[in-house]
Amino acid sequence: MIHALANPTRFLKIARPLTPILFWSGLLLVLAGVWGGLTQTPPDYLQKESVRILYVHVPSAWLGMGGWSSLAIACFAYLVWRHPLASLAARAIAPVGAVFAALCLITGSIWGRPTWGTWWQWDGRLTSMLLLFFVYVAWIALERADRERGGDGRIPALFGIAGTVLLPVIRYSVVWWNTLHQGQSLTLTQSTIDDSMLWPLLLTLPGFSLLFGGLVLMRMRAVLAEQRVEARIRRMAA
Amino acid sequence: MKRKHQRLFLGLAALAAIGGASALALSALQDQAAFFYTPSDVATRKPDVDKAVRLGGMVEKGSLKHLKDGVTIAFVVADKEAKVPVRFTGVAPDLFKEGSGVVAEGKFTAEGGFVADNLLAKHDERYMPPEIADKMPSPDTLAK
Repeated sequence: MIHALANPTRFLKIARPLTPILFWSGLLLVLAGVWGGLTQTPPDYLQKESVRILYVHVPSAWLGMGGWSSLAIACFAYLVWRHPLASLAARAIAPVGAVFAALCLITGSIWGRPTWGTWWQWDGRLTSMLLLFFVYVAWIALERADRERGGDGRIPALFGIAGTVLLPVIRYSVVWWNTLHQGQSLTLTQSTIDDSMLWPLLLTLPGFSLLFGGLVLMRMRAVLAEQRVEARIRRMAA
Repeated sequence: MKRKHQRLFLGLAALAAIGGASALALSALQDQAAFFYTPSDVATRKPDVDKAVRLGGMVEKGSLKHLKDGVTIAFVVADKEAKVPVRFTGVAPDLFKEGSGVVAEGKFTAEGGFVADNLLAKHDERYMPPEIADKMPSPDTLAK
């Protein structure tokens, strides 16, 4: 499966029709979820209307972390099998994941002001998520520097794998340490969010995920097209 | 062993090493990384007087008093095992009330009380509409 996809021509054959499907279905779900979350659900008993930010905040946090897991998997695949497409995937994922991590921090801060009474506190959850954002930015800079100097991509790939250390820290920060941030509301089997308020989240969560996939495929195709143009120019110059 | 397998093995070994190292580091960090002291922490090993710390717990029901000066409030922060009296002058956040979570920033006094210069309301992980909340018994434990 991985090896079959490692062929750029075959990859493009699948990615070309898949990109608009992911992108538009994702956007549709996000819009439906946001509409539901802004107009159809009741306000929270304590947080009142500001609770609605969770329909964007939770998917952003999920994709900020999910983005890094997929980046790390791509880095691992590149390191072991040396598929050029794997490093390309990591390169495409990084800025998208960074944007979602930033979105998570920004929406969280906006929510924290009325709820906790502060924009920012150095608690375990908030600090580890901020670190993940910095790690994204550092990876992007490192990968670019490595490429410009003609490196083989091994160092950014190693960094990508090492960065996964942060993911369990973020996930369990609210369990290991006492934090200002509340504990986990959603697990696979149960939720402490009332059903009447939960359903828009079940639309925006897959919605943003599909959108994420669409954006990554778009970026991968753009880089592949760029490489093709460069190769053609080089051939014409020769 | 093929080079590919060698790399796979090295990659997995590196992953295990990173995981182990961070698990050790995190377990060492356990206490230092806590955002606040709980009342039972205070009971077992009290932080130094006049050192800036945070105290977190539930605002005990019936303990909230407005003092005569009009801007100072006094209340008791409690968890299941211990209690600490707290005094705060200023504007409390909207979500601050009896029976809900609070994190107070401030200092312990020589008399054993806590003087806060800032209050943060702590929210728990439960979200529900007002009509359901009215029927629920109020929480008496500090949610994580």
